[in-house]
Amino acid sequence: MALVELRNVSKIYHLGGEEIRALDDVSLDIGAGEFISIIGPSGSGKSTLMHILGCLDKPSRGTMKLDGIAIEKASSAQLAHVRNQKIGFVFQFFNLLPKLNVLQNVELPMVYSGKNATERRDHAVEALKMVGLENRMKHRPMQLSGGQQQRVAIARALVNNPKIVFADEPTGNLDSKTGETILALFKQLSEEGRTIALVTHDDAIAARTPRRIEIRDGKIANFQNPVGQA
Amino acid sequence: MNHILNAFFIGFKEIWAHKFRSLLTMLGIILGVASLVGMSALVKGMENGMREALVAVGGLEKVRIEENDLPASQQHLADQAVGVTMADVYAIQRNADLIRSVTPEMRMRDALMTHGSKTYNSWYFAGTWPSALDMNQHVVQYGRMFNEVDDENARNVCVIGTAARDALFGSPDETGKEIIPIGEKVNIKGEVFTIIGMFEHYESEQDAKKRELAKLQPVTGNTNAPTRQKSMFGRKGGNSTSYIFTWKNSTIYIPLNTMWLKFRSAAGSNNIPDPRLSSLSVKVRDVNNLDPTIRQLRNVLMLTHHGIEDFAVQTQEDWADRINSAIRNARLSGGIISIISLLVGGIGIMNIMLASITERIREIGIRKAIGATYSDIFIQILVESVVIAIIGGAAGLVASMGLVGVLGVISAAENTPVITVSSLMLAFSFSAGVGVLAGLIPAFKAAKLDPIQALRYE
Repeated sequence: MALVELRNVSKIYHLGGEEIRALDDVSLDIGAGEFISIIGPSGSGKSTLMHILGCLDKPSRGTMKLDGIAIEKASSAQLAHVRNQKIGFVFQFFNLLPKLNVLQNVELPMVYSGKNATERRDHAVEALKMVGLENRMKHRPMQLSGGQQQRVAIARALVNNPKIVFADEPTGNLDSKTGETILALFKQLSEEGRTIALVTHDDAIAARTPRRIEIRDGKIANFQNPVGQA
Repeated sequence: MNHILNAFFIGFKEIWAHKFRSLLTMLGIILGVASLVGMSALVKGMENGMREALVAVGGLEKVRIEENDLPASQQHLADQAVGVTMADVYAIQRNADLIRSVTPEMRMRDALMTHGSKTYNSWYFAGTWPSALDMNQHVVQYGRMFNEVDDENARNVCVIGTAARDALFGSPDETGKEIIPIGEKVNIKGEVFTIIGMFEHYESEQDAKKRELAKLQPVTGNTNAPTRQKSMFGRKGGNSTSYIFTWKNSTIYIPLNTMWLKFRSAAGSNNIPDPRLSSLSVKVRDVNNLDPTIRQLRNVLMLTHHGIEDFAVQTQEDWADRINSAIRNARLSGGIISIISLLVGGIGIMNIMLASITERIREIGIRKAIGATYSDIFIQILVESVVIAIIGGAAGLVASMGLVGVLGVISAAENTPVITVSSLMLAFSFSAGVGVLAGLIPAFKAAKLDPIQALRYE
């Protein structure tokens, strides 16, 4: 059984009486340990796909399972729990909380999973070691470079040991050299056995992943390596 | 539990991050709490003043029996009515076991007192028993009260209040020293009386303070400095209860038998002696048992009066009720105003919380994306609001201490405001409650934010 199973998923918005199909009958499997990219121009529906895959949104039609949980039937509290336990997010604009220091930012997901303070600290330090920032724990996000901030975000995404990490244009706000180190980090994480999905509009980045899914007009346009071998 | 504690922690940090803004917001609560506590302290002070006056006239356990008009159904028996007499006194002493003591009183209105060229007409010139001392809460400061022997022998002795001394011998304000006229002779309606005792000067706490203040003021040629109030209608007259003390200070007591033999026996119409008492006062054994006591008293009197109801029983309960209702009204109106000001403070909190969540939409989006539930966000915002309110409330309690201190100084001549623990607790719990109310709408708005929209928000 695949980690993520999307079956005939549509997402329909109504805009002034007009029906917009942001996703149109999409079926997709992502297996555990895969490293895939989802690519498409802006407006193609790739963000919508990522929101649904990331359990931030529910499909209008069709079914989705993540780690065996039927997402389309879940309540918003259950979705929050799934996001907390099984999903890690990395965003284009890092999305760290400016008032918290690096350690506290990384601890944040564990605050919502009810871990106690010492556990939180241990896990957060471990995650920061993974991204090589254990000596920046007391810094504020604003005191770090973009690349460092993104690595903090990755540490935060990993800290609850999720089933899958979604990265939405993770290099979009970085220079190419720093972007390269972030991609290398993702590659390394993938080699360690984590499941990672990159969302991007950049062919060059998508080409780095073993499997590529292209979205156009809400449909999957092209499968490369549909089996998804790493 | 861990969750809530954490929310408190986040709340404190959030408030600390916006110190000035939070302080301004809290100010509304601080003022609300301070005004609530201050108001209740003022009312408490007022209540104390009123109770003081109630105690000064003998307290709740004192019940007076006075002559009264007959009820309409007994009008035809008017010529059989004997009024309140010594027979009633003895009957009550013998038969009414719920009564602790009885004091008869025979008053005279035109008792002009003279000493040298000075005269004094007392408000309250009465012949009575030595037990009047206890009955009316009198304290003999100088000399002594007349006793049973003086009464038995109908001696011409009197115990006076300070008002009589002030009029006949000079007040301490005028002479600069306390004159103690014990042993002096005065003339009352042609009879020579010896002053054997003088009561202490009665005054309300409020008047005492006034006097202290007047003393402190430098005497800069102002000769008509405030003096003790001399008349019931004199000057602006302090508060509504100060006349009690004025009236009490003008008291002059002589033995009942002296009154009877020297003045009353010859004073009736057509020189027929008038045996009627002006009133008689009793003290009940147990104030909590007042109603049965009154019934017993009534039964005894109905017997001695042969069923003719020519008397009235007056308790201080009406007065106590009036005090209570006055206090209740003051508390209610003051409370409403204070609660409105607390609510205004609450609106301030709500306003700032709404502004704060608008600033933090992105943060809320991030928190939701990484797993915060609806209730996590709801509790966080609500707790923040409550934290502002309770910090404000605590600061308000401190401020109220200062406020009450200032009130005490600027209105030094009024009753001292008294802070009660219950008012502090009430004000504090109200501020916390206002914090909860003020936080509900912002918390609801924040919690229902859609994470996708919130993350896109710039």
